[in-house]
Amino acid sequence: MQERVHLTDKQINDDLLIGVETHPRWWFIAVGFLAIMVATAGGAFGYMINQGLGVTGLNRPVMWGFFITNFVFWVGISHAGVMISSILRLSQAEWRRPVTRAAEVLTIVALMTAMLFPLMHTGRPWRIMYWVFPYDFARGIWPNIRSPLVWDPSAIFTYLISASLFVFVALIPDLAVLRDRSTGPRKQIYGVLSLGWRGTPRQWRLQAIAGILLSALILPVFVSVHSIVSWDFGMTMAVSSWHSTIMAPYFVIGAVHSGVSAVVTVMILLRWAFKWEKYIRPEHLDGLGKLLVVVGTTWFYFFILEFLFGLYSQEAAEVSLRNLLIYQWPWNFMFFIFLATAFFIPIPMWLFRGVRRSVILMLLTSILVNIGMWLERFLIIVPGLTRKADFTFVWGTYRPSIIEIILVAASFAFVTLMILLFSKVFPLIPLFDQKEGKVLEATTRIGRRDVPSIVREE
Amino acid sequence: MTTFIPKRSLLGLFSTADGAADAVEGLQDQDFDDKDFEIMSGTPYPEGAFGEKTTNHRLYVFPFIGAALGFAVAILLTTATQVSYPLVTGGKPILSIPPMAIITYEGTMLGAIIFTVLGIIFESRLPRPKLGLYDERITAGYVGILVTTTEDRFKTAKEILTKAGAEDIKEGEPD
Repeated sequence: MQERVHLTDKQINDDLLIGVETHPRWWFIAVGFLAIMVATAGGAFGYMINQGLGVTGLNRPVMWGFFITNFVFWVGISHAGVMISSILRLSQAEWRRPVTRAAEVLTIVALMTAMLFPLMHTGRPWRIMYWVFPYDFARGIWPNIRSPLVWDPSAIFTYLISASLFVFVALIPDLAVLRDRSTGPRKQIYGVLSLGWRGTPRQWRLQAIAGILLSALILPVFVSVHSIVSWDFGMTMAVSSWHSTIMAPYFVIGAVHSGVSAVVTVMILLRWAFKWEKYIRPEHLDGLGKLLVVVGTTWFYFFILEFLFGLYSQEAAEVSLRNLLIYQWPWNFMFFIFLATAFFIPIPMWLFRGVRRSVILMLLTSILVNIGMWLERFLIIVPGLTRKADFTFVWGTYRPSIIEIILVAASFAFVTLMILLFSKVFPLIPLFDQKEGKVLEATTRIGRRDVPSIVREE
Repeated sequence: MTTFIPKRSLLGLFSTADGAADAVEGLQDQDFDDKDFEIMSGTPYPEGAFGEKTTNHRLYVFPFIGAALGFAVAILLTTATQVSYPLVTGGKPILSIPPMAIITYEGTMLGAIIFTVLGIIFESRLPRPKLGLYDERITAGYVGILVTTTEDRFKTAKEILTKAGAEDIKEGEPD
């Protein structure tokens, strides 16, 4: 059932531009605190560059640790935006309206964050131009396009550029509102950014088509990105626990699970921060909760398949890896926490309508999912590397250093900081989408009941 | 030799979509051409809500052009980098098709998306350096009808807008 609130266009503008037009004290405190965390990470990164990767916990045979785990995690989070925005737009789901922009912005910020971690992991980030881009005309040495490590940047850059353009196109009408409400240099800047938008029927028509057309074009990119990230692992023959054909769909659906959960977290925090109770309503959380039940269960199905395939193969490495995850401390503890937080606690809870419509329970369960999904990535990457493989000559384990912990913790601060900075300049809920929803609202009389409904062209 | 006929613009502001639709109907009844007036709103109303004619566009061409260009660039890039440094690995051919397909796929999609966005901007007749006769109330819920016509029909247009319930009428020079 919808809890509609009737609002005028001016009210919508006033409410949704509150982040841009007002300067609450909490915003400055939050930005200051997060900036200190990011600056601390900058210091840690500088120290690591100065001293070398030896200050991390990485050592033979575990050469991929927290940085790569975090990279995969943030790429996964980035799947939320386009998944929600595109699929809900294409299916004309009415409850998408307050969700899309924040989800798309989360995509961009998460991708930017994700891209930082392979750079850190290289230890020599200034040489990335030689490794990734076809840049070095002088020596005639080119990136090896046969390596999945080159496919990654091509997919991520495509996704980042596409998602940024997607956000920009949908922002143009809202930039015009900001232009009309601003004065001085801000008016000039918003004027340039809004490209002279006036809201003619032709412009609105193209805006509507743009939403659908870009959604349809970005969806295949979205699927390809995490597939390609999964092939970093799936195509590695040397690490037997990674070498599996199921990795691509397993990673994609896992990314959607963590991404949509992250959107729920962000939406609830925005609702509290900007007092958007009239816009982000229990019905929206309900819709996201139902979506998460489907996505989470599908992800769990793939997880079970991946787990069982390893056992059915009867290969020593695969069997002993599962033995490690189930019986050996501390891996079994992490494995238990991962399963409980990513599936066994949230999914059964979301089956209840009362939970899906409870702001606090949705916040807690969505955070739980991402704790679990971070651990999932860690448990995919590290345990497989601890074993002696065909091309390694030692057994080993991994313990993250304080530098890695600081950098990973700061990535969460960085994402939050970027979203807060975005909210100071642009609206995080699309104004025009809310207004369109209001125009299409109707009440249909059926028998003795007035049913809230939406008018839609067939 | 064509004769230049000076024109003037007037912008009527309506607080309801119904009023704006009445104004459009009135203008059409008085034989104002579709090019003589423009509707502006801060809300995406359903197509044809004001009785305006549907405009054609060629947006769907853009993604195909972009995809073709992206495909070509990606093929060039992947082929040229492998041929320029011909390192034989495991006795396999120099040009390795499966990884080329991946990067070509990304290039094709990127080209399609960039060109779609360019197409949206181009077909929306943007960027527009000057707004012309405009009112900031349009993005606050008003619907604006901008009529640009010759001096002899100016009065008629103004009467139509007033009769349809325009809350405010602004006059100015066309862009």
